Amino acid sequence: MLAIARQRILGQSFQKIRPAVSVLRSYSSAAKQITVREALNSALDEEMSADPKVFLMGEEVGEYQGAYKITKGLLEKYGPERVLDTPITEAGFTGIGVGAAYYGLKPVVEFMTFNFSMQAIDHIINSAAKSNYMSAGQISVPIVFRGPNGAAAGVGAQHSQCYASWYASCPGLKVLSPYNSEDARGLLKAAIRDPDPVVFLENELLYGESFPVSDEVLDSSFCIPIGKAKIEREGKDVTITAFSKMVGYALKAAEILEKDGIYAEVINLRSIRPLDRSTINASVRKTNRLVTVEEGFPQHGVGAEICASVVEESFAYLDAPVERIAGADVPMPYAANLERMAVPQIEDIVRAARRACYRSVPLAAAA
Amino acid sequence: MPTLLSAWFNSHQPNLHPPSFYSLSLFRSSHPPPSPNPTLAMALSRFASSSRSGSLLKPLSSAISLRRPISTDTTPITLETSVPFTAHQCEAPSRTVQTSANELLTFFRDMALMRRMEIAADSLYKAKLIRGFCHLYDGQEAVAVGMEAALTKKDCIITAYRDHCTFMARGGTLLEVFAELMGRQAGCSRGKGGSMHFYKKDSNFYGGHGIVGAQVPLGCGLAFAQKYSKDEAVTFALYGDGAANQGQLFEALNISALWDLPAILVCENNHYGMGTAEWRAAKSPAYYKRGDYAPGLKVDGMDVLAVKQACTFAKEHALKNGPIILEMDTYRYHGHSMSDPGSTYRTRDEITGVRQERDPIERIRKLILSHDLATEKELKDIEKEVRKEVDDAIAQAKENPVPESSELFTNVYAKGLGVESFGADRKEVRATLP
Repeated sequence: MLAIARQRILGQSFQKIRPAVSVLRSYSSAAKQITVREALNSALDEEMSADPKVFLMGEEVGEYQGAYKITKGLLEKYGPERVLDTPITEAGFTGIGVGAAYYGLKPVVEFMTFNFSMQAIDHIINSAAKSNYMSAGQISVPIVFRGPNGAAAGVGAQHSQCYASWYASCPGLKVLSPYNSEDARGLLKAAIRDPDPVVFLENELLYGESFPVSDEVLDSSFCIPIGKAKIEREGKDVTITAFSKMVGYALKAAEILEKDGIYAEVINLRSIRPLDRSTINASVRKTNRLVTVEEGFPQHGVGAEICASVVEESFAYLDAPVERIAGADVPMPYAANLERMAVPQIEDIVRAARRACYRSVPLAAAA
Repeated sequence: MPTLLSAWFNSHQPNLHPPSFYSLSLFRSSHPPPSPNPTLAMALSRFASSSRSGSLLKPLSSAISLRRPISTDTTPITLETSVPFTAHQCEAPSRTVQTSANELLTFFRDMALMRRMEIAADSLYKAKLIRGFCHLYDGQEAVAVGMEAALTKKDCIITAYRDHCTFMARGGTLLEVFAELMGRQAGCSRGKGGSMHFYKKDSNFYGGHGIVGAQVPLGCGLAFAQKYSKDEAVTFALYGDGAANQGQLFEALNISALWDLPAILVCENNHYGMGTAEWRAAKSPAYYKRGDYAPGLKVDGMDVLAVKQACTFAKEHALKNGPIILEMDTYRYHGHSMSDPGSTYRTRDEITGVRQERDPIERIRKLILSHDLATEKELKDIEKEVRKEVDDAIAQAKENPVPESSELFTNVYAKGLGVESFGADRKEVRATLP
């Protein structure tokens, strides 16, 4: 009975015409479009220009112009002293980068993908993240570790893992993950300026995507604060959290849900550590329902942390169990159909949101 | 299986030099020039290889009988190292070294202080005032002291976890050491680091690292930064014979050689990686050669003058030619750490043998006494002074308070952004990181 009543209330709200508040509308009318690749490249260029202590290091970042062309043109502009091609020795060159940061330089170390960061993870965690604490503030480590993270297309199990939850569990690190060009520019600039070690998780499939950016975003002083999530789309029925590529999927899911009268609030986390718990909780207190979305493995993932945080802080506000959408709990398969099943799709997010809204069961069946 | 001591003897000449093998050459001296002694002149001419050799000669007998003030005399003394250096891909430096009474006595005092400090730490650990790990350096003092004598504070040093004495050599105080070991506020890391995490950034001492081998790429990174900043200084990255097999070491050396970084990799070969002797861990224990394309030098690490000479040579080399490896042949009297008795994998005879034949402090004591730079009593007084300093520092450290509870949450970040952090029960203990 109660279920039918609830359906009716939601059905009534379906009648109201609600303007979709989209981020796109808030930009200036003369919006330029740039790709995420261009955004990252311009951010690196500007920060290197502004601060002579910033330098780049990684495989193929120089003469090859970057494995994914993110560092294109920077070797020509800044010279081989500041754009350094390294041998394929992650443990060695990451340690060298951290040592340079100990001395006060500001390295930006590129991992061709974050899968290879596992070879250097001791330096990221034990040499970089913990040093400021162990030295009681004497040794700070202003380093950025950046590169593509998560699944690409057809690259198989060893080249597809998402490292957000691994790095974000470690105190002393800051972990950022941009979605669009504005995020890419603002967060990378903030990361380079930040005096702490930052893990900057990009997405290969987003590099070529274009997004509109305002003049403010294009300004060389533009910076996004670390630790603040962004509400990409306002809503009132269910909160969907996501980061990186999944933000795009969540936004598309929100459009589909809107047709059913479910208005989803999409939060772009931007910062995995520090996690913007207050924005997430404020949103859940408004919508009373939560779906977390991530590409990575589900167990001990980002969604698990968000779910725990919301249960701790906003339990009384939850009207439904928290839903988690994540990558499948298997190593990434190669075959295209299996790969599709191993990564969240838009319909998965839609389905989970409907479940959270108790709308997944057709009206006839609820009695 | 050869014992350590016999292996060492087989590869080295005896280290005892009768007095006629050295020369007392006086230059820039304020003493009136005396008539030269012909025998001494001949002996001197054999060793006057340095361009600084003066023409003022003093008869040996009058030199010995002169009572000079012990702590400030900087009159140069020329000596030889215990054994010549063995070189790989480079010209070994001369085994003739310049020193002075002042320097030798400073070496003696510094090493005696370090020795006393480490032995006191042993007692504190057994009294459970020091917890966790405690890796002691007694026996290896000559490496820390000799290296420091060759460097300036602009040069960087980074080492692993056996770092108490290296920290002291870089200007740390006894109170900072003991307070840190006991987890007190006055510790060099305010009690938050512990034995393995001593740092002194204002003296370019970068720790203090618990992960075996990690400090070598970090050290090459420091050298990179020095070159990048055009500081005309070098980095000494210390590691043990156990760490010498780490892959990241070769990765860092490769990059350092490619990029011509002023990095000196110093293998403190005390012949045991924890409980594993070097011949069981390394197919090639000639660590000074393992740089392959990078030059190397094998040094008697128990001879502080040899260490100083080698480090001076290495610094000059690295500034011009890129990385070089120094292998310091040294020995630790204690086990790997306080949890290791140190006698299950080596004989007590070996330990006492090294202590009798090669102890770095005894070597300097003999040199000082045989050159009449101080009396036995004066040296004993120095040791008493040093003992008192250590005891006073321990007493002070014992009185020092433990860190405030709020310190649990400080320095997680350099810039905390007002973010929240949590204690074990997050509903009970939360903090905002500044």
